[in-house]
Amino acid sequence: MKNKRPSLAVEIAGIKLKNPVMPASGTFGYGEEYAPFMDLERLGAIVTKGLSLAPKAGNPTPRIAETISGMLNAIGLQNVGVDAFIQHKLPFLREINTPVIVNFFGNTLDEYGEVARRLSDIPEVAGVELNISCPNVKQGGIVFGTDPVAASEVVGLVRKHLNKPLIVKLTPNVTDISVTARAAEEAGADAICCINTLTGMAVDVKTRRPRLANRTGGLSGPAIRPVAVRMVHQVVQAVKVPVIGVGGIMRPVDALEFLIVGAKAVQVGTANFVDPAAMITIIDGIEAFCVEEGISDIHQLIGSLQL
Amino acid sequence: MKNYKTVVLSNQEISSGYYRMRILAPGFGSKAKPGQFLMFRVQTSLPPLLRRPFGIFRMGFMPADCDGQPPKEFVEILYKVVGRGTEIMSHLQVGSKVEVLGPLGRGFDLGAPGEQKILVGGGIGLVPLYMLARELTRKSSVRLLMGGRTREDILAVTEFERLGVETYVSTDDGSLGEEGLVTQVLLRKLDKYPNASVYACGPMPMIEAVQEICAARGVPLQVSLEALMACGVGACLGCVVKGAGHSEASPRYLCSCKEGPVFRAEQLDWTKLGQEPGYCEGCKI
Ligand SMILES: Cc1cc2nc3c(=O)[nH]c(=O)nc-3n(C[C@H](O)[C@H](O)[C@H](O)COP(=O)(O)OP(=O)(O)OC[C@H]3O[C@@H](n4cnc5c(N)ncnc54)[C@H](O)[C@@H]3O)c2cc1C
Ligand SMILES: Cc1cc2nc3c(=O)[nH]c(=O)nc-3n(C[C@H](O)[C@H](O)[C@H](O)COP(=O)(O)O)c2cc1C
Ligand code: FES
Repeated sequence: MKNKRPSLAVEIAGIKLKNPVMPASGTFGYGEEYAPFMDLERLGAIVTKGLSLAPKAGNPTPRIAETISGMLNAIGLQNVGVDAFIQHKLPFLREINTPVIVNFFGNTLDEYGEVARRLSDIPEVAGVELNISCPNVKQGGIVFGTDPVAASEVVGLVRKHLNKPLIVKLTPNVTDISVTARAAEEAGADAICCINTLTGMAVDVKTRRPRLANRTGGLSGPAIRPVAVRMVHQVVQAVKVPVIGVGGIMRPVDALEFLIVGAKAVQVGTANFVDPAAMITIIDGIEAFCVEEGISDIHQLIGSLQL
Repeated sequence: MKNYKTVVLSNQEISSGYYRMRILAPGFGSKAKPGQFLMFRVQTSLPPLLRRPFGIFRMGFMPADCDGQPPKEFVEILYKVVGRGTEIMSHLQVGSKVEVLGPLGRGFDLGAPGEQKILVGGGIGLVPLYMLARELTRKSSVRLLMGGRTREDILAVTEFERLGVETYVSTDDGSLGEEGLVTQVLLRKLDKYPNASVYACGPMPMIEAVQEICAARGVPLQVSLEALMACGVGACLGCVVKGAGHSEASPRYLCSCKEGPVFRAEQLDWTKLGQEPGYCEGCKI
């Protein structure tokens, strides 16, 4: 049975994905931005830009800077707000036969709860991804993501308001990511997504000013991949729930690294900017690799790391 | 808009540090509208990581082959070598494979036919004005006021003249045309044609000066802005500029790649509108 297509299907917290590849929040807009470039139904899932209760205007400019093999961003979680999302963005996504995962954050604990409650009622939302890890705004994440006690509090609260699969997205800007991963799991996370961006800074040597108006920003892209692979490996050891790996995936081989260390699915971020069809190439490449290696089911690959 | 894998047809230095590249554009060259742009993937290996945005200077058709092939569409970009990405681009050869995403963004509004149109270009900011001039000259009389620091910065003016555009050149050092700023010429032209519409693209200080003049005289103005871009399609929100009514208490941003790069002046907040795009990777040291 050499030519039989391998099964790439995986399940994350009860969400059935036809393959393990989905966009990383904030790099794929609300899905419609990339519709001209690909068949969105080929994706394992669609993950939206992070939503807050009220619309958010974001940070002053410049908001991005390119660095060696990566980029810094300090967008500041600009988004249309949860209600406008449901009203104006969801109808487009509803027509696409791919699970929609909504990424969200709050400025306060109460807000986290309220956004979760509003998303709970929406049947088209397959699951939510709780962002407690954005480095670019004072509230909106990182304070919750770096302190395991606070992380556990916010995850617990969201869990109470939500009757959907809950993915918690962790920040790498901590000493030991397995501590926050465990805290999130114990508080009710159905899956862990890691990692968000690494805090970084770049300076214009002529003006001697930071290149971002926000001074610091989140580093993403190939530059962070080894850090992300290491952290996914650590988190996979630390928790029982499935782990989604993200950070610097550009090519199929990069995604394979994450799967082998134990990620059940992967997210692709910055690569979408460089090549809008990157995720399609990655899906096809994973399939081709399975065929070549005689793998009939992607689960044979997941967590197959030899130590 | 799509991602096109295509090839370089020519790539030549046309003035010191400025290049003109023609690429095969099957299926999209003729769809481009004046003011739209492309995201150019400098090379498929890294770095540089991100694509570079460039205005579309011109589109056209290569004549049909003798073997009966239909005419092929091409687009041309003009670019200035400023940093690593454009440096690599300047070494691309005929036949080099390239990827371009486009055509992207909202272009110029052509305005009422018959009206006087004044185009103001500064340096490489001339790029989006050529396709615009080609459209406008069908129905209006068009003048191009072109400014630069020295004669090296004055590009492609004869091509505008061939379209029947009246051109006026000024340089800061007087090495070509009139000595001084392009805004001086603009003031004179607006004295003569107070009902004209103005279209501008160039460095930020020039655009701001043009805006002040047009606002004071109540003249309609459209500007094409440069902003740092990562995606070019409205997904990253990296390219925003301040919109009218912006304040720190209630910030209001417009997405340059999707809602622009061409804006009507009244859409924007002109108080410290934007910094010049910041770069550093381009530092040669
Ligand atoms: C809509 C639009 C149209 C443009 N049209 C043209 C054109 O027709 N001809 C032309 O020569 N230039 C044009 N530019 C500017 C051009 O994109 C930059 O000069 C180019 O990206 C510089 O790349 P680099 O690698 O050489 O510079 P580097 O300094 O090495 O670039 C570092 C980073 O800064 C970005 N960047 C640097 N300068 C600019 C800039 N001025 N604007 C936006 N991003 C910048 C780069 O994309 C890159 O991400 C346009 C910019 C925009 C936004
Ligand atoms: C421009 C930009 C915006 C982002 N916005 C969000 C966001 O709204 N919510 C979130 O959880 N992560 C956000 N991220 C982080 C990404 O989802 C991802 O975790 C990170 O970029 C690492 O992956 P990559 O290297 O593949 O880009 C953003 C990243 C970028 C580059
Ligand atoms: S460049 Fe990404 S939104 Fe404009």
